[in-house]
Amino acid sequence: MASTPPAPPTLLGEPETRAESLAWLEAEGIHIIREVAAECERPVLLFSGGKDSIVMLRLAEKAFWPARIPFPVMHIDTGHNFPEALDFRDRRASELEVELIVASVQASIDAGRVVEETGPRASRNRLQTVTLLDAIAEHRFDALFGGARRDEEKARAKERIFSFRDAFGQWDPKSQRPELWNLYNGSLRPGEHIRAFPLSNWTELDVWQYIREEELEIPSIYFAHEREMFERDGMLFPVSAYIERLPQETPFRAAVRFRTVGDMTCTAGVRSTAGTIEAVVAEIAATRITERGETRADDRFSEAAMEDRKREGYF
Amino acid sequence: MAASLRSATPTVLRLATAGSVDDGKSTLIGRLLFDSRQTFIDQMEAIERTSRSRGADYVDLALLTDGLRSEREQGITIDVAYRYFQTPQRKFILADTPGHVQYTRNMVTGASTADAALLLVDARNGVMEQTRRHAYLSALLGIRHFVLCVNKMDLVEWDRAAWDSITEELTRFAGRMGVEDVRSIPISALHGDNVVERSARSEWYHGPPLLELLEGIDVAEREVATGGRFPVQYVIRPQRSDFPDYRGYAGTVAAGALRVGDAVRVLPAGHETTITAIDTFDGPITEASPPMAVTLRLADDLDVARGSMICTLDRQPLAAQTIEAHTCWMSEAQPMREGSRLLIKHTTQTTRALVEDLTARLDVNTLDYDLTARQLSLNEIGRVRLRLMTPLCVDPYEQSRTTGAFILIDEATRATVGAGMVNGAE
Repeated sequence: MASTPPAPPTLLGEPETRAESLAWLEAEGIHIIREVAAECERPVLLFSGGKDSIVMLRLAEKAFWPARIPFPVMHIDTGHNFPEALDFRDRRASELEVELIVASVQASIDAGRVVEETGPRASRNRLQTVTLLDAIAEHRFDALFGGARRDEEKARAKERIFSFRDAFGQWDPKSQRPELWNLYNGSLRPGEHIRAFPLSNWTELDVWQYIREEELEIPSIYFAHEREMFERDGMLFPVSAYIERLPQETPFRAAVRFRTVGDMTCTAGVRSTAGTIEAVVAEIAATRITERGETRADDRFSEAAMEDRKREGYF
Repeated sequence: MAASLRSATPTVLRLATAGSVDDGKSTLIGRLLFDSRQTFIDQMEAIERTSRSRGADYVDLALLTDGLRSEREQGITIDVAYRYFQTPQRKFILADTPGHVQYTRNMVTGASTADAALLLVDARNGVMEQTRRHAYLSALLGIRHFVLCVNKMDLVEWDRAAWDSITEELTRFAGRMGVEDVRSIPISALHGDNVVERSARSEWYHGPPLLELLEGIDVAEREVATGGRFPVQYVIRPQRSDFPDYRGYAGTVAAGALRVGDAVRVLPAGHETTITAIDTFDGPITEASPPMAVTLRLADDLDVARGSMICTLDRQPLAAQTIEAHTCWMSEAQPMREGSRLLIKHTTQTTRALVEDLTARLDVNTLDYDLTARQLSLNEIGRVRLRLMTPLCVDPYEQSRTTGAFILIDEATRATVGAGMVNGAE
């Protein structure tokens, strides 16, 4: 190849056969959720009020209908979340009559389990891992459903659907269990647990289209709204009490929506006027920047940022 | 949503590919992702930076498939990576695996869920040992569609005779293993010829470019080889006042079809009853087929639990105490020997198995069977006979990739140590 390839072509547009491939993905996800519920003693579903966990929760609802979801949901609350996402989290859990466990990073800080970072770039993102592993030990969970997708990031592209964690909560990418057909091995020794990812084979666009097809409610921050923002590293961050601005980071009002829901300290918004799910899906189908690249400061540490955090026991 | 699944199989195509460092596999996948508009600006910027920092004077599309740190450090692919791309016609899930003999287990893993195999051959070298091994394992794992990409055609000056001879050799080889659908394309992954766009350099090639060809592969079964198979995954008893007596059997249809009103037998107990309803969250349906996830209700109150298999009365599976199977051994810790005791997971049932006889070991290079072998080491494939503690309801793998497949689990470490495909049972 003697020349640089041209810039990526624009606009894939939206494929027409979505309903059928979404049904395929849905069936696979339901199969995975039932398999975990049958093989593990104490599963829990990680629910943040973000779009992926909303879809996952709908799959769980479908998997056991007309019975209620036979396990609790858990949120690792950094204390820096969008209030809109927390309101939504509480409402959805109570609609489904499912037990909601909130494990708090603030409590881990107060107990001296972790030390808060300081300065304008302080983030509680990495501290969550300790809170999460403590909660797993406290509740003796042996399986955690996560909404991670393989298209998100290169470390995730190689992770199993049933991803094994040792007694220290660590992921060893070199000794993953082979995973064949739809036969998942959920057997464990005491202290070990699995992370199960029912949305492994979904793409970001699949998730949005499923939300549209199922008419799922999502937190308001996913739709365009006016908000006080400031610019840092070429990204737009929301002004909040949780993030210290540098002198030149002057706030301004902008019409934005959020493409992912994480901490207010590390989740950037995108300029948008998309006020309906139709408009959001159209924008996502046309976007030329990856979800994490556009909106997540936590993945910009290094080329292997996610791989390193996963090894430590991150989501 | 469940109701629209009946025609879902054709809209998702699962592919498996295998290859080594220099046959251009990563470049081909990078090219497919790039030319089918699945790459994003920030990804392209990242690989441009990396290419520059490595002193390359071009952007290396192979970096799009770069994986874990250990792989980057060694410049190789160790594990199975899953890639996603889509066109208006289809969603593709590609299992990308390494091709060396020491990664046979990864190749087998990637092939286990694939509908089609993407076989890559360097036009200069022709069909190599590695190509034959990949083709053989793909066929063994039940893949019925081969797509042969004869790559680096630019380096043989688009010589039609080179393409013809490779195509002929591989088609013959595939035919011996019962794979009739082999399609061959002359390509240059580096330059993008015949990958997404038709190339002007191969006027003698009249077929479609790769992506269009993949869109057209019909993976629908010509005939259903077994009766309806429904392994019970989970028993649903709501215990809520609006569904006081509800008892449903949740699972994924494994093979064949199930209809409301069908007479069925619950194995291994053998009781006969009738399907009274097929429930989904989105409402009842009248018929279910793979891979739909549904909940069945039955006319009679029987002892049905996880591990039971609900089957239609025609062409029933065998409740086997002994199975003969091809097995791929995946454990580094210890080999499989006659007398090994293992856990076996088949559909939704797990029981114990004793390796009664190791009849033959495959030489994955010559593809001959060694009848004197006494054990299977990591990455080796053999034919074994397993005695089961409790019966499993199996079909031959060639009739059903779901009810003919199993995994083997080490009882002490709980690791997955093997995978098998049923040839016969008694």
